[in-house]
Amino acid sequence: MKKLLFSLLAFLLLQTTAFAGSTLNGAGASFPYPVYSGWAFQYQKDLGIRVNYQSIGSGGGVRQISNRTVDFGASDAPVTPEKLHKKGLLQFPAIIGGVVPIVNIKGIGSGQLKLSAEVMARIFLGKINKWNDPEVVELNPGLKLPAADITVVHRSDGSGTTAIFTRYLTEVSKDWEKAAGAGKSVKWPVGIGGKGNEGVTNYVKRVKNSIGYVEFAYAKRNKLADVSLKNREGAYVNASFDSFKAAAAGAKWEQEKGYYLWLVNAPGKASWPIAGASFILLAKDKPEASRQAIKFYDWAFNNGDEMAIKLVYVPLPKSLKEDIRKYWKQNGL
Amino acid sequence: MASTIKREQTLDKLFSTITFSAAFLVLAIIVSIFASLFKESLTAIETFGFFGFISSTAWDPVREVFGAATTLYGTLVTTLLALALAIPVSLGIAVFLTELCPKFLKPIFGTAIELLAAIPSIIYGMWGLFTFAPLMGEYVEPLLQDIFGPIPIIGQLFSGVPLGIDILTTSIILSIMITPFIASIVRDTFNLTPVQLKESAYGIGATRWEVIKDVIIPHSKAGIFGSVIIAMGRALGETMAVAFVLGNKHAIATSLFDASATITVSLANEFTEADSDLYLSSLFYLALILLAMNFLLLAIAKTFLARKKKV
Repeated sequence: MKKLLFSLLAFLLLQTTAFAGSTLNGAGASFPYPVYSGWAFQYQKDLGIRVNYQSIGSGGGVRQISNRTVDFGASDAPVTPEKLHKKGLLQFPAIIGGVVPIVNIKGIGSGQLKLSAEVMARIFLGKINKWNDPEVVELNPGLKLPAADITVVHRSDGSGTTAIFTRYLTEVSKDWEKAAGAGKSVKWPVGIGGKGNEGVTNYVKRVKNSIGYVEFAYAKRNKLADVSLKNREGAYVNASFDSFKAAAAGAKWEQEKGYYLWLVNAPGKASWPIAGASFILLAKDKPEASRQAIKFYDWAFNNGDEMAIKLVYVPLPKSLKEDIRKYWKQNGL
Repeated sequence: MASTIKREQTLDKLFSTITFSAAFLVLAIIVSIFASLFKESLTAIETFGFFGFISSTAWDPVREVFGAATTLYGTLVTTLLALALAIPVSLGIAVFLTELCPKFLKPIFGTAIELLAAIPSIIYGMWGLFTFAPLMGEYVEPLLQDIFGPIPIIGQLFSGVPLGIDILTTSIILSIMITPFIASIVRDTFNLTPVQLKESAYGIGATRWEVIKDVIIPHSKAGIFGSVIIAMGRALGETMAVAFVLGNKHAIATSLFDASATITVSLANEFTEADSDLYLSSLFYLALILLAMNFLLLAIAKTFLARKKKV
C-alpha cells in the first residue's frame, strides 16, 4: 500500500515537472473562457503543451499583461491604440460573440418582437416603460403587446457583455450617451442587476414583461425569446452565426491600430448590430512568451473553429485570420 | 538538577516566544491590511475626500464619479432589518432550548441550528434566487402590498413592482443566516445562569415567564449583546448570498421592494473589471470604510461589555 502511494506521488511529481517547462499562462476575459479552455484541452492532447487560462475578468487581464505577469492577456473590450503603445502591447481578436436582447412577454417567441436602436435605447433609459407604448407598437404591427410595465434587467458585475451592449446604445442614441455612456459597468438609469449572464438569464426568465441582454450562447442554451433588431441599413436581423459573421466581415479591421474596433452597429444588410470580438494581448518585449502564445492561437485558428461553433461562439472570418497572421509576422513573431 | 531547571527555563522562554509571535502575527496582519487598503484608496481619498465620498450617491464608472452613500445605505438597511428579524426569533429559540424543550428533543434542535450555521453562503444565495425569491415575488410580496399598501406613509415601504429581488428578501435570507449565531451563543449564556438564582425565583413563586424575563435574560445581557454584535459583523460582510438576491442597484431605496446594493457585493461584482485607477481605488476605499465600520462596531461592543463588567 505504502509502495503504491509512493509510486503514485513520484508519478505526480514527474508529471508536474515534465509539464513545468511547457506551460503557457494566460489570464483575462471570462466570456471566451469556455472556448479557450476547450482549445487548451485539445492543444495539450495534440501537442503536449499546457495552456493555463484564468478567467479573472478583462480588467484583470489587461493589468496582468501590462505588469508582464502572464504570457498573454485577454480582454472583451479592445484596448485603445494609445494604451497599447504606452504599455508596449500587441493586440488581435481571437473569437467573436454577439450580445442578444432577450424578453419575457407572454405569447411572444424568439425573433418575433422587432425593435429599432432608438426604441431599445429609450427602453433602457426608462423613457418607454410600457410594452404597448406607441413607439413599440409602431414597429410591431400585428403583434399583441400587453399594457404592462417593462422591467429592465442588466448586469450587476462589470463585464465585456455590458461594454459591447452600452457601446451599441451609445453609438445609436445621444440621450443614452448623455445619461450613462459606454463601459464595462455603467450608471443604469432603470432596472435591476443580475450577477453574470446566468443571473440576467434567470431574472428575465422569472420576471414577467422584462427585457435584458446576454451573450448569444446563453440565449441559445436557455431557449430565451430574443429580439429582432433593425440594423444600420434598416433591415431587421435575427441573432445568428451568420449575422455575427456578417458584422465581422463588413468591419474595417486596421492592423496599425492593433485591431481596435467595436463591432457594434456594423455596416452590411445582414449584420447583427451588437456583435463584439474578444481580444488577445501580447507583450512586445517578451517575444519568447508571445511566440508561444501565437503558436497556440495559430493552432486554434486552424483547428478550433468546429469546437468554437459547438460552444456557440463565432470563429473569425478567414480573411481576418490571414490578416492577423501577417500582423504577427510584421511584429517579428 | 540545575541543568534540568535551566533547560526547562529555556523551553519556557521558547514557548512564550512562539506563542507571542503567533499572537503578534494577528496584529501584524490586521495592521498591514489596514495599511494596504489605505494606500490603495489614497487616489480616491484625495479625489473625493471623506464626507464627500460617504455622502455622495453617485456611482458612475463611465464618468469616474464615485460615492459610498448608496452602498453604505444598502449595507446598513439590510443588516439592521436582518437583525430586527433575527433577534426575536433567536431569543425564542434559546429560551425554548434551555427552558422548555423536552430533553430528548434538545440535541435534535441544537444540531439543526448548528447545521444552519454550517451552510455555505453561496447555497443560501442560490436557494434564495431560485426558490425563495420567486415565492416572495409571487405570493408574499403582493399579499403584503395588498395589506399595507393603502396605509399612508407605511404604504410607501411596500410600493413598487414586487419582483422578489429586493431588500425584504435579502434581509430575510440574511436573518436566517445569522439566527444560528445569535441562538447558539444566547443558549449557552442562558445555560450559564446559576441554578440557585432560578430556583430561588421559582421558590418565591415566580412563574416560568417571570423567571425568563426577570432572571435569565438580565443575567445573560452581555452574552446577548455580544452575539448580536457577532451576527451584525457577519451580516455586514455577507457577500455571496446578497449578490444573488439584492438586485445590485446603486440607488437609495425607499421601498422594501426596491433593489439595492451593499459594499461587499459591489466589491465582488466590480473588482475584476475595474480598469481605471480611480475606479479601483474607490472600490478599495469602500472596503476600507467597511473594515473601519466593523472595527468601530467591535470597539463599541468591547467598551460596552467592559463597562457592564465593572458595574
